[in-house]
Amino acid sequence: MKYFGSGHGACPGCGLTIAVKTVLNALDGKVFAVNPTGCLEIISSQYGKNAWGVPYIHSLFENAAAVAAGIEAALRALKRKDEGYVVVFAGDGATADIGIGTLSGAFDRNHDILYICLDNEAYQNTGHQQSGLTPPGESTTTTPAGKIMPGKIGRKKDMISIAVAHGIPYVASSSVGYVSDIRRKVKKAVKFEGAKYIQIHSPCVTGWGIDGSIAIKVARLAVETGLYPLVEFEYGKLTSVRKIKDRKPVEEYLKLQRRFRHLFSHEKGREMIEIIQRFADENAERYGLDLKKE
Amino acid sequence: MKQVVRGFYSVAYSVKLCRPNVICAYPITPQTEIVENLAAMYANGELGGAVYITAESEFGAASILVGASAAGARVFTATCSQGLILMSEVLFNAAGMRLPIVLVNTNRALSAPLSIWNDHQDSMALRDAGIMQVYVENNQEAHDMIPQAYKIAENRKVLLPFMVCMDGYKLTHAYEPVDLLSQEMVDSFLPPYEPAAYLTTKKPLAFGCYAPPHIYMEFRVAMQRAMERARDVMLDVFKEWAEVSGRDWGGHIAVDFPDSKIFVVAMGSVAGLLRKVVEELRNDGVSVGLIKIRTFRPFPVEELRETLKDAEKVVVFDRSVSFGYEGPVSIELKSAIYGYSNAEIYSFAVGLGGRDMPKDFLERIIRDVAEGRERPGFAFKGHHEFEEVIP
Repeated sequence: MKYFGSGHGACPGCGLTIAVKTVLNALDGKVFAVNPTGCLEIISSQYGKNAWGVPYIHSLFENAAAVAAGIEAALRALKRKDEGYVVVFAGDGATADIGIGTLSGAFDRNHDILYICLDNEAYQNTGHQQSGLTPPGESTTTTPAGKIMPGKIGRKKDMISIAVAHGIPYVASSSVGYVSDIRRKVKKAVKFEGAKYIQIHSPCVTGWGIDGSIAIKVARLAVETGLYPLVEFEYGKLTSVRKIKDRKPVEEYLKLQRRFRHLFSHEKGREMIEIIQRFADENAERYGLDLKKE
Repeated sequence: MKQVVRGFYSVAYSVKLCRPNVICAYPITPQTEIVENLAAMYANGELGGAVYITAESEFGAASILVGASAAGARVFTATCSQGLILMSEVLFNAAGMRLPIVLVNTNRALSAPLSIWNDHQDSMALRDAGIMQVYVENNQEAHDMIPQAYKIAENRKVLLPFMVCMDGYKLTHAYEPVDLLSQEMVDSFLPPYEPAAYLTTKKPLAFGCYAPPHIYMEFRVAMQRAMERARDVMLDVFKEWAEVSGRDWGGHIAVDFPDSKIFVVAMGSVAGLLRKVVEELRNDGVSVGLIKIRTFRPFPVEELRETLKDAEKVVVFDRSVSFGYEGPVSIELKSAIYGYSNAEIYSFAVGLGGRDMPKDFLERIIRDVAEGRERPGFAFKGHHEFEEVIP
């Protein structure tokens, strides 16, 4: 692989590397990669084992959007904009929690950057702690299922709406389960001048407790259950939705993963599954996910 | 051409002459008018092709400059106090990435209690960041220091961030006559920035790798060596500046009356007042000289050893305190001259949070030391005892 080399230390079945390779190839390697602290950084940027074939910078955990904004500003000032696209590859915690301040600033100023959130729904690099994008019911090390607690309580933060609310030209969600969807959206995103946000659902085999061989299947089930709607917004307007033919019950997605296993035996498990199903139903209603039978 | 300008403008105008590519900041008192001046210059098309960004925080501003500097831009920011502390994670990182970011810190106290007034607690907290720190005495020195800061920071033997420290209010808000530099003079003194390494798709490099134990230490040793090389680079640049500008601000330290038995040591704007005090005390027959420390990092170890080798007493005025020990300048000075001087050290923390330090107050302290009414060691001066809920 030309732009993201062999020798990275990701697990077999890791969604991050699939997403990164897809994005870099879609842009023919014309990329300045900005990567906050996290699993991707650790598996790809060790001194002497750099896996990146594009210019790459890792600064801190919570400042990738600002660093990207700075690169973009420098390219503008130095009249080098034609050299490539400034692309952030950030985890969900770096995006929705600790880095949301600098992200909001970069969106607000509408820097010409593409921000990709690789959403594996927890701090996986440090051993599976909950983030703002951890879905309800997930057992993490900081929201463990216990005698009284059924895993994380509360919603998955709606970063898509937060991005849209900033009035940036392009916002989309995608999934490692559908690499052609990632490719199409990335190619489309960079045609817009200004800030672009694509959130890519990305399986983590260790955190989710799945075998690498079913990572893609699980990622697709998230979409097919309505839990991870694939949508596209242009200038705040919803312009495309991936329709679902026969939306599957969320149990089919949950039962394959260790992070949700307790829901099938826990006292409050049934209640949590119902809450999760309600989120899927709300997504279906809000985005019109269900393909209406003629 | 001499003009009466405020400290803010003396900095902003000098920054403009250095032709930065990216300026990014977040407003904070008493820094704001520096970047307001630059924003006005930008709005009027006076900054060439530079990009001016108002960030969402000082943390964001410093981060933006990390990206811009890594991409090969000459960059500038200004901050102080809470803003500097908020930037601190980024600044430690920028130093490790060897990015020659130049910033001005308009020294201000730290909260709590909230204070917008001047002391040196903010920049002292960044002591170990790997950032060069120079303290200026007046607005001409601040004005002159900006092109020198870029020239030193961007020198390939150095490549570390450079922080010009100027006292908030005492300098920033003061109107002083400043001999404003010309564009021709700065252009001939400061060449365009040619980065040793930068982010480009033409030759992809990785910045900010992670380093396991077998290689991390080498990077940190390299920072120390860069700081050591900076000592000589600074002296060369200071000397060149004296030649081209006609204004010699001294080396790492500036000494008045080097043959004295007693030395007063200080940094920043109070040095001007202390010079007057020292002159008057000498007229009264007191053998006292003044050491103005200009570069706090790298620390002027050799210069202090040489100047203080025969000194009998040293009076250090710190504008900060390391709680549980004493003033940081005093701590550093003691460690530097250990084994090289038998002088007694009198360490005083004064003027915290803008507490006034009038001339007779400073003179009284020095006189008390000279006449044996003070004991060596550490003390606060200029405070009064008070009672509060938490003692």
